[in-house]
Amino acid sequence: MLTKRLIACFDVIDGRVTKAQQFQDNIDVAPATELGARLYDDQIDEIVFYDIMASAQKRKIDLETVRGVAEHVFVPFTVGGGVRSVEDMYEVLKAGAEKISIDSMAVRQPDIIRQGAEAFGRQCIVLSTQVKRVEPRAEIPSGYEVFIDGARVATGMDALEWVRRGEDLGAGEIVVNSIDKDGTASGYDLEITRAVADAVNVPVIASGGAGTPEHIADGLTAGGASAAIISSILYSPRLDRNLGVRELKDALGTLGVLMRPWVEDAGGEAGIGR
Amino acid sequence: MIGVIDYRAGNAPSVMYALHRLGLDARLVAEPAGLVDVDHVILPGVGAARATLVSLSDSELLEPLQARVIADGMPFLGICIGMQVLFERSEEGSVDGLGWLDGEVRRFPDSNRVPQIGWNAVRFTRTHPVTADLPDPTHCYFVNSYYSVPASPEDVLGVTDYGVEFCSVVARDNLIATQFHAEKSGELGLRLLRAFAAWDGAAC
Repeated sequence: MLTKRLIACFDVIDGRVTKAQQFQDNIDVAPATELGARLYDDQIDEIVFYDIMASAQKRKIDLETVRGVAEHVFVPFTVGGGVRSVEDMYEVLKAGAEKISIDSMAVRQPDIIRQGAEAFGRQCIVLSTQVKRVEPRAEIPSGYEVFIDGARVATGMDALEWVRRGEDLGAGEIVVNSIDKDGTASGYDLEITRAVADAVNVPVIASGGAGTPEHIADGLTAGGASAAIISSILYSPRLDRNLGVRELKDALGTLGVLMRPWVEDAGGEAGIGR
Repeated sequence: MIGVIDYRAGNAPSVMYALHRLGLDARLVAEPAGLVDVDHVILPGVGAARATLVSLSDSELLEPLQARVIADGMPFLGICIGMQVLFERSEEGSVDGLGWLDGEVRRFPDSNRVPQIGWNAVRFTRTHPVTADLPDPTHCYFVNSYYSVPASPEDVLGVTDYGVEFCSVVARDNLIATQFHAEKSGELGLRLLRAFAAWDGAAC
C-alpha cells in the first residue's frame, strides 16, 4: 500500500528558511542546508523548496542553495520559484532536484506545464496553486479563486477549472495552498482540498494551515490528499511548541493514517563521510 | 569506480550525491570513453522511456554499454526508467526497449491516481546479494505511471502493490534494477546502493 507523505516546506530567502503568515511577515528560521540535513535525519518523507523572492526580484533560482540541500537529502526534493523555461527546469534538475514546482509562471504561460512534462515526464511537474475563498460568481463557480505572485494578485480564474486544465496539460501533482489558512495553524482548507482531489486523478497535496497532527490527518483523509505540506508545526518560532517528524508520524499512526514506518537502525549509511 | 550514465532526461546528479555520501568512487559517464575503466554501472532515470532511449542513442552510449554489461558481465543497476528500458517493449509511446530482459512495460490502470508517487512497500520474493541487508518489506520511494512485467517469473526479486501487484525489483545474472528510486529512499536506499557497489555481479 502506498503510504501518505509528510512534506517539509522551505520558504527560502538568501539561503535561509523563513516562515510567513498568510504569505507575509517572513521571520528567519535556519539555513536551508542545515535544516534539510536535520529533517533528513528525522526521516521526513520529502522536502519542497521555494525560492520565494526569485520571481519578485526577476532573477534565476538560487542554484547554490538548491545544490547544498540536495547534497544532504536522500529523499525526494522539489524546487520552485523563478523557473521560467524548460532550460531553467533542466538547471534545477541538474542541481539535484527531482521535481519542479510551478505556480504564478504556469498561470501566465500555461504551456510551460506541457513543455516541462514533455521534456522531463509528467512526474517531474508539480502545479502549485494559491487559492482563496471568494463569493461564488459566474467565472468562479467553485467559490475559490486562483491568486499569484505571493497571493497578491487575483487572476479571475476558478481553482477547480485551473487544476483540471493543469492536469490536462501534464502536471503530475497538484498542491492546494490555501491563502486563508497559510501559517495560521488552524487546519487545512478541507473543502477545496477535497474538491481538487475529486476533480483530478493525479496526487493532490494539502498545504497551508496544519498546526496539529489532527489537522494533518484530516487533510489526508477527509481532504483526500496524498501528501501534506507542513512547516509551522515543525519549526515556526510563532508556535509555543514544535513537533518532530517522529512525533508527528506516531500521532498520525494512532489516528489511523498509514505512514512510512520508522527505520530503527538508520544513520549507518549516511553517517559515513560526514 | 562506478559509472553513472549521464543523459539529459536522467537524474544522474541525485545518484552522484548519494554515492559520494557513501564515500564511493563514482563518475558521470556521458560518452563511450567514460565506460572503459569502470567496474560497475548505474543507469538512472526519470521521465519518459522514449526520451531516455533517444538521448542514450544520441550520446552513442548504447553499444559500448551493451558490450560492457552484456558481453563483459559488468554489474549493472537500473533505476526507475533505467529499469523499464531493459525490457523488450513499452506501452509508453509503443517504444521498443533494449530487450536485455524478456517482458514488457504497462501503464497502471486509472482506478488509482496515476502517477504513483510516494513511499510503498517492496516485498522480496527471493534473496540476492544487493538486497540481502534490507528488511522485508522495505519502504521505498516510487514515481511511476508504468510498471515492468518480466516474462520470466524467476527474474522477479521484489513486488509491490498499487492497484495491481507489480515487479518492483528485477534481477538476472549481473543485472539488477529497481522501479523505486534507491537514491531517494532514505537510509535503506543508500544501503542498497552500498551493497550494489560491493557486488561482484554473481547472482548468488
